Amino acid sequence: MSKLKELGNNLYSGKKSFDFVGRRKLWYAIAFVVVVLSILVPIVKGGFNFGIEFRGGSEFRIDGVASQSQQVAFDAVTSVEPGSQPIITTVGGDALRIQTEQLDDTTSEEIRIALASAYGVDSSAVTSSFIGANWGADVTEKALIGLLVFLLLVTLLMALYFRTVKMSVAALVALGHDVVITLGIYALVGFEITPAAVIGFLTILGYSLYDTVVVFDKVRENTLDVEFSETTTFADQVNLAINQTLVRSVNTSVVAVLPVASILFIGAFVLGAGTLRDIALALFIGILVGTYSSIFVAGPLYVTLRERETKFSKGKAPQAA
Amino acid sequence: MSVSNTVRSARKSLAWLVAIIVGLAGLIAVGSLSDENASFTPKLALDLQGGTQIILSPLLLDGAEVTPEQLDQAVSIIRQRVDASGVSESQVLTQGDRNIIVSIPGTPDENTLKLIKASAKLEFRAVLLTSVGVAASSVEGTDSEGNSESQDSETVEPEPSVPNAAPTDPSDLNWITPELQAEFDALDCSTAFREPGQVDDPTIPLVTCDVTGSEKYILGPVEVEGANISDASNGTVQTQTGASTNTWAVNLDFDGPGTQAFADVTSRLFPLADPRNRFAITLDGFVITAPTTQAVITNGSAQITGNFDKDSSKVLADQLKYGSLPIGFEVQSQENISATLGSEQLTSGLIAGLIGLILVVIYSLFQYRGLAIVTVGSLIVAAVLVYLLIAVLSWRQGYRLSLAGVAGLIVAIGITVDSFIVYFERVRDEIREGRTLEVAVENAWKRALRTILASDAVSFTAAATLFLLTVGNVRGFAFTLGLTTIVDLFVVMLFTHPLLQLLARTKFFSSGHPWSGFDSKDLRASGYIGRGQFRVSETLASGKAEKASKEALKRQTIAERKAAEALAEAKKTGEN
Repeated sequence: MSKLKELGNNLYSGKKSFDFVGRRKLWYAIAFVVVVLSILVPIVKGGFNFGIEFRGGSEFRIDGVASQSQQVAFDAVTSVEPGSQPIITTVGGDALRIQTEQLDDTTSEEIRIALASAYGVDSSAVTSSFIGANWGADVTEKALIGLLVFLLLVTLLMALYFRTVKMSVAALVALGHDVVITLGIYALVGFEITPAAVIGFLTILGYSLYDTVVVFDKVRENTLDVEFSETTTFADQVNLAINQTLVRSVNTSVVAVLPVASILFIGAFVLGAGTLRDIALALFIGILVGTYSSIFVAGPLYVTLRERETKFSKGKAPQAA
Repeated sequence: MSVSNTVRSARKSLAWLVAIIVGLAGLIAVGSLSDENASFTPKLALDLQGGTQIILSPLLLDGAEVTPEQLDQAVSIIRQRVDASGVSESQVLTQGDRNIIVSIPGTPDENTLKLIKASAKLEFRAVLLTSVGVAASSVEGTDSEGNSESQDSETVEPEPSVPNAAPTDPSDLNWITPELQAEFDALDCSTAFREPGQVDDPTIPLVTCDVTGSEKYILGPVEVEGANISDASNGTVQTQTGASTNTWAVNLDFDGPGTQAFADVTSRLFPLADPRNRFAITLDGFVITAPTTQAVITNGSAQITGNFDKDSSKVLADQLKYGSLPIGFEVQSQENISATLGSEQLTSGLIAGLIGLILVVIYSLFQYRGLAIVTVGSLIVAAVLVYLLIAVLSWRQGYRLSLAGVAGLIVAIGITVDSFIVYFERVRDEIREGRTLEVAVENAWKRALRTILASDAVSFTAAATLFLLTVGNVRGFAFTLGLTTIVDLFVVMLFTHPLLQLLARTKFFSSGHPWSGFDSKDLRASGYIGRGQFRVSETLASGKAEKASKEALKRQTIAERKAAEALAEAKKTGEN
């Protein structure tokens, strides 16, 4: 670990420096391509894979069963529709409720018969119906309004704290970049979007901004008097700040990702699909993308926004003799 | 002097922390003795514990169908009502194209059932005639309970009205036709004289009883509707001096048209004689209260008192606040349901959290060596605080922990440790700039606190906004996020910082032992001491440090130059 410590020292002093700001055109190009891809993929693939809570689905109810074993129902449903993820609940003392994604009439009928025979009841004891979306239009609308208000408040907050609106702008662009890429990955692989995943997305927002705030805090410290400096430029100081917080940024991401990875592992392999897996997946992708954007997108973007200001362009550092 | 000050302030902070923890634990302990709801384990939400499923089917006239818009509106209103009773994360869905399924954790009591299914159609009508709630052959005017008028008020004899005379205003007794009078006389309040879901014509009088069945009324047409209520809340009645009594009431605020209509009603009724100076407030067709107009009310605020206690007044306020349901519902069935996720998910979630915690501790051991003690200690303190807070909130506010909430708590581990990292790295920065550990800890704290406050403020804003503006699952998660953010701040201020202050005075840490995480030899290897200045490095390194060193050479003072020359001389002679 002393190697990392040495790296940290060298980054701090400027002895070793990754040129984040200098090669920002390259980062912009990469970011642009990835974002465009993330927008195209859902369009090409025909939308996202929404879960039952968004689309509604089918519900089956069996009354008068002898044993309320949930595994029997699971097997019966998957024998007709493999790959289905039914949600099974026991109701009262002798009934079961099974919710699945939307099925057409013939499949629905087949499942009804399969369930009836699996539990040894008459097929008339099994009823099926459609259920509406739990996470309907009004909940989505409220969540979107909440999101907009949050973005506005946070822009204000950051502008007040950092004394410059351009930092807020850069941070928000990085945020948008994170969300679009995460959604693109979801569309590409076809992960299911459930309310738990949405909660994960919203957490990513908070985390991405959190990370960006810490990097920008160092940037602000370094650039306080830079317009009076004769040895260094604005761009150099921002780059130094990013490098100085690089070790810290990596540490933070690792520490944030470890619990998430552990939930993801247990959620995906031990439990199968469910709330844990959905949240953890969204967070896992989001944290990685968020760290990337704080380093490669937010900082360089801030430089681009401010370098045209005359007070910075005047003080170009003379080449050290 | 300042040294012992530091120790004193550190000990004070730690003492505060202990006080808070003991206070919370004590609160729960005391509470569990008196209230059955209080316990050291928080209550679990629907997905982890199971609860009750209520199926509502709409009450319709024969042949009528319920439209999808009505159903969606009803779902939205019911969801709002249920959410208003606490963070309970209930599920409200439509079934088929008629029914609504409401799943709530635990078993609902009478008030909750009322909350869910009652239409809550509120109407204001003027009282035309009242009587004791039994079928009678003659009319006697009596005072209702709670009215402080004298016993022998005049009996009001209805004038035998000519069927053609049209009533001039809603209090006109011409509304009472002989048929209406006969219906009124024959009404016996102890029978079920109303159909469930009965919709009354708002333009004609209504014959009905009050909720206790002791009094019956003829009421005029509707003058103010429940839809005109812009806000409703419950509270205790205040006397004129401002002291509060033990009576619970529902406070209403009307919107513009409602305020106007209400002012018109009260100004018309005020000069009339009893019982026509009373107006009745009906809820789903029954009179809940019929107060006398004591003044002309123009400010659009009214207070309903009646047979309310704390819970029933809250139920009514919530029903009125979110609007009345577009159609009536009846409870078709009410059954217990098992947890949708089961207890294995909860245990697996907790195991995952534990594994994550261990991994984080191992990692911080690598990176920060001896400081891992501080990390582990702070995490334990944070966990204890969060657990106690959730237990308290579960008892007082009805907060229920769902799996999403558990996931939120686990994720918060990473965010909390990040605050420590910010602080530790700042201390390291200060050491790199040449300061001793104790001074470094103090300086770093000021800067780190600002950063931590800013980033926690961002997290908290996210949590607060989502909590206030959304419903359902997201709300529960936002709650956990906000809670852990606040606890994070407290732990950093009251535990991590004082602990580090105290540890900085021990020899192990302050001497920069290799295992302390603040290895000064390691950290001071750079030449940068801030503000674009550099120490002269004895060995010229490549790249920027070389340029920097040359720069530093140029800027040396005379004394430094002489000292450097002397050193170089000594080295040369040493080499020879």
